[in-house]
Amino acid sequence: MSATTAPPRRSAQPPAVAPARRGGGRGRRWVGIALRYALLLLVLVITVGPFVWQLATSLKGAGENLFANPPDLIPNNPTLENYAAVAQVVPLTSYVRNSLVVAVASTITNCLFGAMAGYALARMRFRFRGAVLAVIVATLVIPFEVILISVFLITRSLGLVNTLPGVVLPTAVTALSIFIMRSGFLDLPREVEEAGQVDGAGEWQLFRHVALPSVRGQLAVVGIFSFTFAWDDFLWPLIVLRDPANYTLTVGIQFLSGTFSRDQAVIAAGTMMIAVAPLILLFVLLQKQFFRGVGEGAVKG
Amino acid sequence: MIGRRWFTPWLFLLPALVILGVFLWGPAVNTAVLAFTNTRSIGGGSFTGLENFARLVADGDFRNALWHSLLYVVGVVPLLVALPLLLAVLVDSKLPFVAFFRVVFFTPVVASMVVVALIWDWVLRSDGLFNYVLQRLSIINEPVGWLTDPQIALFSVMAVTVWKGLGYYMVIYLAGLQNVPRELYDASKVDGAGPVRRFVSITVPLLRPTMVLVGALSAVSALKVFTEVFVLTGGGPARASQTLVPYIYERGITPGLELGYASAMSLVLFLLVLGFSLAGQRLGRAEVAA
Repeated sequence: MSATTAPPRRSAQPPAVAPARRGGGRGRRWVGIALRYALLLLVLVITVGPFVWQLATSLKGAGENLFANPPDLIPNNPTLENYAAVAQVVPLTSYVRNSLVVAVASTITNCLFGAMAGYALARMRFRFRGAVLAVIVATLVIPFEVILISVFLITRSLGLVNTLPGVVLPTAVTALSIFIMRSGFLDLPREVEEAGQVDGAGEWQLFRHVALPSVRGQLAVVGIFSFTFAWDDFLWPLIVLRDPANYTLTVGIQFLSGTFSRDQAVIAAGTMMIAVAPLILLFVLLQKQFFRGVGEGAVKG
Repeated sequence: MIGRRWFTPWLFLLPALVILGVFLWGPAVNTAVLAFTNTRSIGGGSFTGLENFARLVADGDFRNALWHSLLYVVGVVPLLVALPLLLAVLVDSKLPFVAFFRVVFFTPVVASMVVVALIWDWVLRSDGLFNYVLQRLSIINEPVGWLTDPQIALFSVMAVTVWKGLGYYMVIYLAGLQNVPRELYDASKVDGAGPVRRFVSITVPLLRPTMVLVGALSAVSALKVFTEVFVLTGGGPARASQTLVPYIYERGITPGLELGYASAMSLVLFLLVLGFSLAGQRLGRAEVAA
């Protein structure tokens, strides 16, 4: 591999470095560690900086110049009045409620329908199983953006435009959810179900009480994926929801930035409050599954 | 297995098949059909053969959007293949607090793109923080219109895409790094290889399949970009940062309802996505075979 064909350009260097290493191996180690932390801090500033600036802006009162030069990172008189302003003008509670309904519904349907389909594909033998599996695999290559227009048309003919079910249904179960669940069921030992069958349990009982509890890990991954996706999605709710009263948070916040374009502090308060907080909370609580989920999603997707 | 009725598996599959059928397979077929019609709103329209595609070739706005989408891939993919890898190596360590950095670097991934775009909108405006910092560091003399200069706007939007993607691809690389045998590093240390040498000669070659995966994933998502463009610049100024999906949205949903024409564009987008996915798979297979 390329390890052996790597350019010999650096081969002249080791002799020059070697004496230093012999003399100061410990010192060099510390320099390396310091360098690593310096880089980590640099990336930290780049990553967190914009969030902090937004937070600072959101806490600045009416009397404060948002465009002060130099910029004030710390507000002179920190105030929550912008947060109150957002809550008053924007139908905030309804946005939160709509987003919650959409995200929770999507989580439930993806977990349940994904598990049911995944179970059938992993544990049952039937005609056309291979074909069904192949068609679902093929589904993975069709991006939503490509079929957007036609999804809108079918949603419209079903009378679901401007409704929350219209937001949820197109992604109520995704091929990815089915795959993650299927891989979970595939890993289960046969004996688990055989034990249940001896007890005379029906297929549904077997699924519900024996198989499903054994794939909690995958359920968590599918659940978190579906929740975050639904919570963060913008393009589809933007298309389906016409009436501001039905907006979800992402569409609402974009609407908000148009309405308040004169007052950046209020927009900042809105973004901080509406969209960042809940997700960071969720993320901190469920960190482990998150990382696993991204890994699985990458491999399967 | 014994005594199960033939339809039992189908009952388990039913909800998934209905939803995928109605909202995915149906629309997929419909898109392919609409692309060859002049459908404008529901019901109407007749087959027009390749007329839509002839129109596309002649449509300057489409060529503009297509060019920007390809530029987006070329601009974003190398950065999203390289930077998250460096980041992953940086946080793949048992040193104190590194786990904390790992979590923090992931936060932009968790925040929704709308929020990220609004936050950067505030940072990147001409009298914003970014210009101030750059001026203080004497990197620039005059404030730059990051989102208002037609020469720059598209690249600013790309930067936001990269910024949000770093943590996501970092996690994929971290998973890959766990499969690199530690002994290789230890052996190379004994041989006197420095960190740069170890990175170039061990990490990169062994993670090549992961890099191909990240390249394909980021290319496909670059082709599908919408939210950043829509929120940050609206495709402007004067279409200078418009890409394919916002243009499809414009012609097919709001304000226009040229369903047939927009579907033809969608088909072009699909071919591009398919092309990049297949190229990624090909490369990936070549990697495994090598």
